[in-house]
This record gives sequence, structure tokens and C-alpha cells, in this order.
Amino acid sequence: MIVFEKVSKSFGEKTVLKDFSLEIAPGSTVCLSGESGAGKTTVIKLLLGLEAPDSGRITGVPEICSAVFQEDRLCESFSAVRNILIACRKVKADQAESALRELGIGKEDLGKCVGAFSGGMKRRVAIARAMLAESELVVLDEAFKGLDEDNLKKSADFVRRYARGRTIVMVSHSGKEAELMQAGTVKIQPVPGESRDKTHCAEKAGF
Amino acid sequence: MLPVGGVLIASPWDTAARLSELVRGIAFWRSLGQTFGHIASGFLIGLALGAALAALSVKFPVVEDLLRPYVFMVKSVPVASFIVIALVWMSSKSLSVFISFLMVFPVIYSNILQGIKSSDRQLSEMAVVFRIPAGKRFLYITLPGLKSHIVSGCSTALGLAWKAGVAAEVIGIPYGTVGEQLYMAKVHFDTAELFAWTAVIVVMSIAFEKFFLAMLRLFYRRLERS
Repeated sequence: MIVFEKVSKSFGEKTVLKDFSLEIAPGSTVCLSGESGAGKTTVIKLLLGLEAPDSGRITGVPEICSAVFQEDRLCESFSAVRNILIACRKVKADQAESALRELGIGKEDLGKCVGAFSGGMKRRVAIARAMLAESELVVLDEAFKGLDEDNLKKSADFVRRYARGRTIVMVSHSGKEAELMQAGTVKIQPVPGESRDKTHCAEKAGF
Repeated sequence: MLPVGGVLIASPWDTAARLSELVRGIAFWRSLGQTFGHIASGFLIGLALGAALAALSVKFPVVEDLLRPYVFMVKSVPVASFIVIALVWMSSKSLSVFISFLMVFPVIYSNILQGIKSSDRQLSEMAVVFRIPAGKRFLYITLPGLKSHIVSGCSTALGLAWKAGVAAEVIGIPYGTVGEQLYMAKVHFDTAELFAWTAVIVVMSIAFEKFFLAMLRLFYRRLERS
């Protein structure tokens, strides 16, 4: 069980999270939603160990994680297959190719450097990389952003198939994405009467 | 011959004729080989140490603080002063290796240091999350990120290495080098030979730069297609 216990985090003068608490059951798929600036990405960074909390405790986070970040974060001068092989130790080139084909990346594009890809194609490469990596926790920060209807369904289906019992924490503004992922929603929202960047709590919904 | 200021200056035809004579002698190739070896060695040592110390400076900022005065000094002090000072302690034979290194090092060091400092933080975070091993990180994230800094640094440093290396040979006059030949041509007022050697130095400098940069680009192309 991943537990955030009264976690606070500030960046300079700005308090992003205050006394934030959350529980995520192992193997579950959870969608963090909320207004822009509510601290969703900060929760993701804390989860991935990229930031440390100022106070409070975070426990039960698996050691091995993989992620689709808000940005694609791909090695632009390398092919889609190479990008997967760089990050995923045990994956073979043919496995990477077949995963990319499942996500609708054409055979003729597999050898091209991802710098030449469209935004949607880059997103799908990032999704394939996160799902093929050997990890216990997969974090998807607006992973489906910029995908058209068809690719959104294809990608959500791909993520569900490759989840294989792993815990998935996603961030999305779209109820449809959470629905496609069959995710329980946790809404991060400001406590009534407080400015949205001052105090936060997690409200469970849809489990 | 064209008279200029009381001295007979060789015409381009005289220079070409002298050059064709020179290339037929074994001394020409021996001198060229010797000078090329010295300057290439100085350049490669400068490249390796510049890159290594740039990486160390990022890890340990004290290294950058210690090297800052040296980098500033090399950029501002005339190369002839370094050559004369170095001659006090070292033999003229190894002088061009040292002087080439001395000129190359700060250029490579500064370029690579700047490249590392401006590297993509988001890719570094991705590498941490996916636990990408250090070797893979260096090959697929660090090296591609430094490509433009390495290429521009090497391009500047190669020209400097030849200029400073030959200047060191002309002052130190080590036996059987291009610098010595250039010096002897000046002593004998043989302007045709002086121009012929100058042309050879320019061609060698450009050829080495083109060859090295082509190899560097080939390495990157192979890496990107791997």
C-alpha cells in the first residue's frame, strides 16, 4: 500500500501541498484529477522520488518505477525502438517493435529518429517505454494528452493489457480517460475557504 | 620573383615549383609526419583531459574554481610567451605537443563544461526513474546532448593547435620538423620555400580538421543508427 501521510511541499514561497494524505492499494489503477496547479504533478514527483517532502511521510512506494512524464522525454536523435531499449533492460528489439506496432506506429517509422515524429507518435513511444519497462509502479502524467479518439482507445487498451497487475497512478483532466482505464478517481482539491495552492486534501471517488 | 620593399618575393609559380621539388624529397614527408604527430598528440591529449576535467568540474565545483584562472590566462596571454617560458624547462622536441595541448585544453574544457551545464534536466530525471545504467546514460543521453558543443569546440581547437604548434616549432627549432624548415627558409631568404611550407601547413590544418570532424560526425551517425 502506497501511503501519503500529511505530506507538505513548498517551492520557495509557494506551498504546493499541505497536509496531503492519500492511500493507493497495490495493483490498483488510480487517476489523480483536479484543477491546474492543484499539485498533481508534485504528487507524481514525490511518488517517483524526484522530490522529497518537506514534512509528512510517504511509505510503500515500490523501488522500481516507470513513467510517462508530462513531456515526452525521449532521446530525440534515436529511433523509437532504441528509445525503448535504452530504458528497458530486458526487452528485445522485436518485443519493442511489436509493442509499437500495437500502438499504431507504422513499420516504416520504426527506424526513423523520434525527433521527426508527430506529438501523438512521440506520446505513444513514451507509453510503450513505460509499459515495457520492468517496474512495480507505472506513473502516467497526462500520458494520453494530444491523442486522437482512435489512438486514445488503442493506447488505453495497450496500457491495461500491459499493466499485468502493477499499480498504475495516472494524472488526467479527462473523465473519459479515467473511464477507459477503469481507474478509481482521486480528486485533489483545495480545502474550502483556502486558496487552491495553500491546502489540499484527497477526496476518493469512483472506487 | 617580385621585388617588394627591397626583398625578392616569390611569385605563386615559383612557390608551386618549389613545392613540387619539396614533395619529391623524403625530408619533406619526414618533417610533415613529425609535426603532424606532435600536433595531433597535443590535440588529442587536450581533448581527453578537457573532457575529463569538464566532467569533474560538474561533479566537484572546486575543480572549476581552480581551473578558471588558467583558462583565463591561456585566453589572454600571447602564445609566444608560453612558448618561450616552456622552452626554459622542456626540450624543443616535445614543445609543440605541450603548446598544442595548452591551447586546445581550455577551448574543449569550456565548451564541454557549458554543454554539460545546459544539458536536458528532464532527460536526466527520466534516466533516474528508469534506472538507466551509467554507461547507457553516457552513450545515449550525455554524448548526443554534447554533440554541438564537441563539434564546435574541436573545430576551433584544431585550427589553434596547428597555429600554436607550428609557432612553437619555429621558435624551438626542433630537428626535422615543419617549423624548422620554415625557420631555415626565413634565414636563407628563400621566400618560395617559405610560402610553399606555409601552404602545406594551411592544407594540413584544413585537411586534419575536415577529417577529424568527419570522423566525429560518422561516430554520431553510427550511434544514432545503432
